[in-house]
Amino acid sequence: MAQAGPQADRPLSPHLQIYKPMLTTIMSILHRLTGMALYAGSLLVAWWLLAAASGPQYYNFVSGLADTIFGRIVLFAYTWALIHHMLGGIRHFIWDTGSGFELPTVELMARATIIGSLGLTALIWAVALTMTGGL
Amino acid sequence: MADMRTPLNKVRGLGSAREGADHFWRQRLTALANIPLTLFLVFTVIMLAGKDHATVTAYLGSSLVAIALLALVLSAMVHMRLGMQTVIEDYIHSEGLKVVCLILNTFFVILVGLSCVYAIVKLSLGA
Repeated sequence: MAQAGPQADRPLSPHLQIYKPMLTTIMSILHRLTGMALYAGSLLVAWWLLAAASGPQYYNFVSGLADTIFGRIVLFAYTWALIHHMLGGIRHFIWDTGSGFELPTVELMARATIIGSLGLTALIWAVALTMTGGL
Repeated sequence: MADMRTPLNKVRGLGSAREGADHFWRQRLTALANIPLTLFLVFTVIMLAGKDHATVTAYLGSSLVAIALLALVLSAMVHMRLGMQTVIEDYIHSEGLKVVCLILNTFFVILVGLSCVYAIVKLSLGA
């Protein structure tokens, strides 16, 4: 149906590769990418909960995996994706009210989102590492 | 199929798709719910990091924590499904593959969601 009739061979409008990358473009792509990463990351939450429900032996195994360097890198990236997607969502809520569409405001919110997500992720990990007694 | 009619002409007179702003609204509603609920999950994970199994199960299985986690699972799974649905519809143009992906998307969130619910209920009833 999509290829039917006179529309089949019409030229397409210019797409991503034509344009110079801008901060707003990158933020849009990052929002979608972090969303997709969180989709996959939900498996880790399910794994953790199932491990806790299945008994001490398996829980200690999973908990030990999270405590490795690789495990920590994954969890750090997971934290950032979560916070970044959340702040991006809040930006969308502001746009939903019909305000914040002026270009300087859009640029400012983009910068605030990226700085905020990195800062909050660092803060969360600082609190977590302090509470659990360092690295 | 050599059909010269425009897409608009084909759907004219068929009535609305009966969905309207439903996707948008549910997406925003679950996004709003996800904010406090995921922050609660982050807080919970930090609280329980490095703790022994007995402490973890006692905390995860306590009423308020379990209810909050169940709410998160429900809200997050609906939100995830809507988001991935948009991604699939945007990038997969072959009709057959698109339908398969949309079905797998639904199956995925139901499987992950039910696994979480099963674990939370088991913990609440004393795993």
